[in-house]
Amino acid sequence: MTPTPIWRRYARILGPDPAADVKDELSFHLQAKIDDLVTQGWSPDAARHEAERQFGDLRAVQQIGVRIGEKMERRKRLQDYWTDSVQDVRYTFRTLRRDPGFAAISILILALAIGANIAVFSVVNTLLLRPLPFTDSRQLVWIAPRPTACGLSCATYSADAFEEFREQSRVYQGVTGYMAFTTPDNMRLTGRGEPEPATSFEVIGDFFQVLGVRPAMGRLFTQDESRGQHPIALLSNAYWRRQFISDPAIIGKAVELNGTPITIVGVLPDSFDFGAVFSPGAKVDLFTPLDLNLERDWGNIVTLIGRLKPGVTVAQAFDDSNRVAPNIYFNVKYPQTLGRYKGDLIPVSLKDYATGKLRRSLIALWCAVGAILLIAGVNLSNLLLARAVARAKEFAVRGALGASRGRIVRQLLMESLVLSSAGAALGLGLAIMLIMWLAHQGSVALPLLSSLRVDGQALGWTVLIAVFTATIFGLLPGLRIASGNLQEMLKDSGPGAGLGRKHERVRAALVIFEVALACVLLVSAGLLLRSFVKVLDVDLGFQPDRSASIKVDYDDSAPTEEARQAKRGEIFQQIIARLSALPGVEAAGISDYLPLGPNREWDTPVPKGKIFSPGELPDPLVYVITPGFIRALGIHMHGRDFTWADGPHSERVVLINASAARVYWPGEDAVGKILMRDKEEDRVVGVVGDVHEETVEGGTGSQIYYPAMQQGPSGAQLVIRTSLPPATLAASVLHALRELNPKQPSAEFRPIQTIVDRAVSPRRFFMLLVAAFAGLGLLLAALGIYGVISYSVTQQAQAIGIRMALGASVGHVQRQVLAGTLRLALAGMVLGTLVALAVARLISSLLFATSSWDLPTYLGMALALLLVAAISGFIPARRASGVNPMEVLRSN
Amino acid sequence: MNTAKLEFFRGTLDVLILKALVWGPLHGYAITNLIRCQSDDALLLEEGTLYPALWRLENKGLLDAEWGLSENNRKAKFYRLTAAGRRQLRHQVKTWEAYAAAVAKVLAATQPPLPEEIA
Repeated sequence: MTPTPIWRRYARILGPDPAADVKDELSFHLQAKIDDLVTQGWSPDAARHEAERQFGDLRAVQQIGVRIGEKMERRKRLQDYWTDSVQDVRYTFRTLRRDPGFAAISILILALAIGANIAVFSVVNTLLLRPLPFTDSRQLVWIAPRPTACGLSCATYSADAFEEFREQSRVYQGVTGYMAFTTPDNMRLTGRGEPEPATSFEVIGDFFQVLGVRPAMGRLFTQDESRGQHPIALLSNAYWRRQFISDPAIIGKAVELNGTPITIVGVLPDSFDFGAVFSPGAKVDLFTPLDLNLERDWGNIVTLIGRLKPGVTVAQAFDDSNRVAPNIYFNVKYPQTLGRYKGDLIPVSLKDYATGKLRRSLIALWCAVGAILLIAGVNLSNLLLARAVARAKEFAVRGALGASRGRIVRQLLMESLVLSSAGAALGLGLAIMLIMWLAHQGSVALPLLSSLRVDGQALGWTVLIAVFTATIFGLLPGLRIASGNLQEMLKDSGPGAGLGRKHERVRAALVIFEVALACVLLVSAGLLLRSFVKVLDVDLGFQPDRSASIKVDYDDSAPTEEARQAKRGEIFQQIIARLSALPGVEAAGISDYLPLGPNREWDTPVPKGKIFSPGELPDPLVYVITPGFIRALGIHMHGRDFTWADGPHSERVVLINASAARVYWPGEDAVGKILMRDKEEDRVVGVVGDVHEETVEGGTGSQIYYPAMQQGPSGAQLVIRTSLPPATLAASVLHALRELNPKQPSAEFRPIQTIVDRAVSPRRFFMLLVAAFAGLGLLLAALGIYGVISYSVTQQAQAIGIRMALGASVGHVQRQVLAGTLRLALAGMVLGTLVALAVARLISSLLFATSSWDLPTYLGMALALLLVAAISGFIPARRASGVNPMEVLRSN
Repeated sequence: MNTAKLEFFRGTLDVLILKALVWGPLHGYAITNLIRCQSDDALLLEEGTLYPALWRLENKGLLDAEWGLSENNRKAKFYRLTAAGRRQLRHQVKTWEAYAAAVAKVLAATQPPLPEEIA
């Protein structure tokens, strides 16, 4: 074979053509055959005929050839592309190594932006997008009335109503619930060294079956175990591991809870986190079956959770509820309570119940990180553009050597892809750390927080945003370079060159855009911050600082109710006397409920001698307290506090809050008046300030306080007001309690402030995140401004030098550079403020007592931006004024 | 036996093509001639099947193709064995020989097998 002839090299100059190749090959074959036949003596026509006959179906063979040829061509193109890409990557690494400062800064910027995005995506994914961690969780619904001011008491149902609802509903596979009124550390685990506090929830027998939770060990409760007393318990996985050191033989063992032996029948799986879904921020140690018979006369206590039959929608369930509601009694013993839940049995998907309230906050957060990503992208775009101008000659040379424009754009895109991949990898690391930290923030009362993790979906998201960012920040510089004239670039593009000017305009536009975005972020963060400050400023009705509480154990068992009340009074009096004597204690008192917790209501009291229509009077929130509690919590009051003399045999007394007083005796002093509860008369001895009952942000309703010596409290929280930091008192308080009652568990001595902190923790959480993002945005915007100004100073060094040589003062030059900077910043701020006004309206539902037009926020934003812009302009300005006219002039 | 209608067993054509190229690059027409000569005119390739086979082998990477000039100065596509093609040839020759031997053994049998050998 001879070497490839010269014509062949150009035969396919317009690109490969498999069809023509096949045709050439086959016609050569036929021609050779004909030649041979002619040599053998055939006539040319006959020879052609014979050759074609021998070949067979020429067209079919041709078709096969074209198909195979095209396939090979495609593969070859792919291979070429791959080799080119490998080359591009190698080239990219070489260029980046030459400029490590640029690479480091870009990767850092990207890592921060992408990391924030991954972290927020993981949070959004866990809280909003991913289904709840139960089997077929979409079938699960939470059944409750529309949210009203009265909190949990109005969100729960009586034992009778629960059973009737379960009987009569037709759309559910199962209806279950749990006892809503449970306080932390409501149990005492004894018989294993020092008594330990534990939190137990009472659930209806088939609670876990309806949720679709399988035990990790042992068994679950059965439906029948919700009737009558069953001394059994299920352990949460965490408690089993912590308290029982993962004892594999725990099933069937008895433990002592509040002095009663209870048998452990099972351990729940690690994946089941009750608190995460139903009671954010709470840890639950064990579960016991709820005895419905015992609770029958206790009013609204059970929450309703249902599992819909397959294919049933929430809307259908709602219709079914409306059908059933009129036939349900509050208490079957009282016929007049029939139909009391009319319109109050509304199913919503459990997911919406658990996380629906957070939807807006999360979406706002998501938008904030999206803005960060855009700012980072624009910043990078700017940096690359500046570099691209500096590299114009390099590209011109490559172009002259035969690189196509597409190839150069690809090269630039590859650079941005490498940068953004590196940024994404680093950002992923940051996000994983952040998420791990968040998942362990037990003090933030957000649902599902503990199940946060960076999963496959988050990884997919990472890849997506890395590619997206690379495209947005790589494409613009690439296209600008590619559109430039090669020859012009090859010529020495001096400061006056048109291309440089055009670039500068684009860069200025980019900076204005990113300043505007930063401006929107700052305003949003500012508004949220103002709201948070306003929330902290809310007069809670009590003074949380310098107060602390501890759960107190007591034994008031006695044959009669009166004897119990008397005994309880003595015990409490003893405890309070003992603790008040401790140094640093200013006041001490006991209450069965603390503010900002779940609430409860009893029968509706009616002011004596007045007639109200049913439903007109509110059901007040009930506290059962001892003397001293009002002062210990720092509640304002007028009238007198309870005294130890208010015992079982003396006159029944109550305290009411200002709201209740306004309702019962508008315009009058309530002190000394009588409230009727059925036949019972209670004398109001004092009026106290309104205490925020459930949330810091919500309003307050009516509240009523009964003395613990006359009514049955459901536990005892000792509250101490101290002049010392509460932590220093913890040991001596516990010691004193142990002296009085050796069974006192080592419960936590908790500053009341932590309760308030916990209540505002979701707001604090979002506010901090948005503020952090706004800070990041501001930083990036500052970098952007600095980049542009600094670059233009470099470009104009010659002009500046000439002006200075002609007598311009240092101050003049500096002022001019600063003015340029502020012009950019102002343009961005005007644009940003307009957008921010619109955005602020969108987030107005997240604000608390703050208008979306809040002037101080906007002024603060403007000030911060101007300051940052001035600083980022000042550095290049100083450099500009440092230009030595002689050197500049000489160098050119 | 009518040699023109001698049917190729599956895969036979491939191994013949590979073998034909052992001595150096050839174009398609030369391959048909070579096989015909070396089989003493016993094996006549159906030309319509030769080219698809060649392209298939090229696509599999067993052959390399290059355009060149034929003996009488026409442009022709020359095929050459690649390293993978050479390996494949060695392997197929072995398989083919084993196959032929087995077939020959069966056809040369003079008596039925013992009953227990079948069962």
